[in-house]
Amino acid sequence: MSGCNTCSVHGHHFPEPGDGPASGLLGQVEAAEAALRAAAERGRPGAPDGAAGDTDPQEYFTALIEADQKIEPRDWMPDAYRRTLIRQIAQHAHSEIIGMQPEGNWITRAPSLKRKAILLAKVQDEAGHGLYLYAAAETLGVSRDELVELLLAGRQKYSSIFNYPTLTWADVGAIGWLVDGAAIVNQVPLCRCSYGPYARAMIRICKEESFHQRQGYEILYTLAHGTPAQREMAQDAVNRWWYPSLAMFGPPDRDSTHSEQSMAWKIKRFSNDELRQRFVDMCVPQAEILGLRIPDPELRWNPERQSYDFTPPDYAELMRVISGDGPCNRQRMARRRRAHAEGAWVREAAAAYAAKRAARATAPTEVAA
Amino acid sequence: MKTTVDHLLALGDDALIAAQRLGEWVAAAPELEEDVALANIALDQLGAARLLLTYAGELEGAGRDEDALAYLRDDREFRNCLLVELPNGDFAVTMAKLLFLAAYQLTLYTALSGCADERLAAIASKARKEVAYHLDHARLWTVRLGDGTAESHRRMQAAVDEIWPYTHELFLPDPTAPVDPAGLRAEFLAIVEPVLAEATLERPADDWAPEGGRRGLHTEHLSYLLAEMQVLHRAHPGARW
Repeated sequence: MSGCNTCSVHGHHFPEPGDGPASGLLGQVEAAEAALRAAAERGRPGAPDGAAGDTDPQEYFTALIEADQKIEPRDWMPDAYRRTLIRQIAQHAHSEIIGMQPEGNWITRAPSLKRKAILLAKVQDEAGHGLYLYAAAETLGVSRDELVELLLAGRQKYSSIFNYPTLTWADVGAIGWLVDGAAIVNQVPLCRCSYGPYARAMIRICKEESFHQRQGYEILYTLAHGTPAQREMAQDAVNRWWYPSLAMFGPPDRDSTHSEQSMAWKIKRFSNDELRQRFVDMCVPQAEILGLRIPDPELRWNPERQSYDFTPPDYAELMRVISGDGPCNRQRMARRRRAHAEGAWVREAAAAYAAKRAARATAPTEVAA
Repeated sequence: MKTTVDHLLALGDDALIAAQRLGEWVAAAPELEEDVALANIALDQLGAARLLLTYAGELEGAGRDEDALAYLRDDREFRNCLLVELPNGDFAVTMAKLLFLAAYQLTLYTALSGCADERLAAIASKARKEVAYHLDHARLWTVRLGDGTAESHRRMQAAVDEIWPYTHELFLPDPTAPVDPAGLRAEFLAIVEPVLAEATLERPADDWAPEGGRRGLHTEHLSYLLAEMQVLHRAHPGARW
């Protein structure tokens, strides 16, 4: 698979002037890519080929982070740094995989062939994102099979947002606009993450996600300017997805357990609340263009802060959903487990066939030798 | 020899219904790579379907576009073969369906890419390259499953046995078609039989040969498939999406 499928299938003129709702963020992704190249050209501090020489590995690791150089798989890194990254990248990969379900729910019923094609391409992109995130996690010394087992055993999480149901077609639009929009706001800073393979995977993913957000936005725009029933469908979807999307940024800063160390390691660059605010500020003007109402009576511009004041999401609900009691947790996990179990005989057959072929290939060579 | 709306519908409906069935696999495939591959194949089939249905609508001249043809016809008006509408079954059944469909489409599109109708020839020429990949994908899996474990061999043989009868319909003579499918069966067998042999599978006997799809006489499965595919579009008459 090469590049973003959604954009190649898409090929449609966007109703909003400019490059779409995520155009500013896409600029930041490109800047991160340029910074990554510049850092590579500057070279690493001290040992040019990455060998630490006489320096203490911990000191060298810290020096690399401070110089905004990337940590690469062969570098020494603290165990806690490795564990944090594995947990975060795996959770991200799992989110892509589970995230295929709520949208995949509408592929067979998409209301036009063009929408069906775009949605298929989008869900395919998500499977592809899962693949390269698992590959990034594998550079840290853990196998994809292990990570999948941890997901199926419920010992690793995925984004809580996918535990909400897609009840109407407009939900596909709302997921694109709000959920993918929140994901981009979360992920753009990760393009500058200190771990090289993750940063590079995120650059690639963010470029594709911006097309995903755009297709969702376009679905909502069309519905909001369609029949009264379509318009109602669109508003209802935004009503249901707004607060869960705000909750995607995690607990408020005062309760966030992993944040401080991750910031020091430059895995994380901004706090949960900073990113949440950035997302709200991005969505308000977009909602106006869509002609849809954000379901928050407290939402208003604050000239002193140069930002919107808003009602925070229900964090108690977030905790309930994360701990397993959201509307669809059981359904999503059951579906994943079923696919994995029903596919076992296929994977076993592929392994058995590969082993037979390998045996056939080596047998004559041994004779010849 | 002249392209008719019915011929285009037969080609387009095969591709559309195949895409619809493959789309049901999303997030349920045996491995992540296969989720990507099946979605990719579904996208190719859907892409071909859209070109063919759009052409059919224009040739008909009654103002029907691809969506009117896909969403507002009933099962008796669909012209697809029975093979594509059969349920997905397990992964072996899906691969058997794909193997036979892709082998048929490859021979058919190759012949059509040289036909006198330039627009149809161009569509076939593009689609031919895509179905060559579909065939390759199905061939690899048929061999892996056939020559994998005892369990996978049993399932793949059962799948081939189940689907084989539906391949006969693909080659029913139609002398009025741009390419008469009757002349393509030998080529189809030349593709498929070596795959079955390599997969250590038995080629089923040619006996029962269900047909009717090209005349709008389908299995019971199609109207359920259409009910799901068309439900939202039909619930909002005249709406744009």
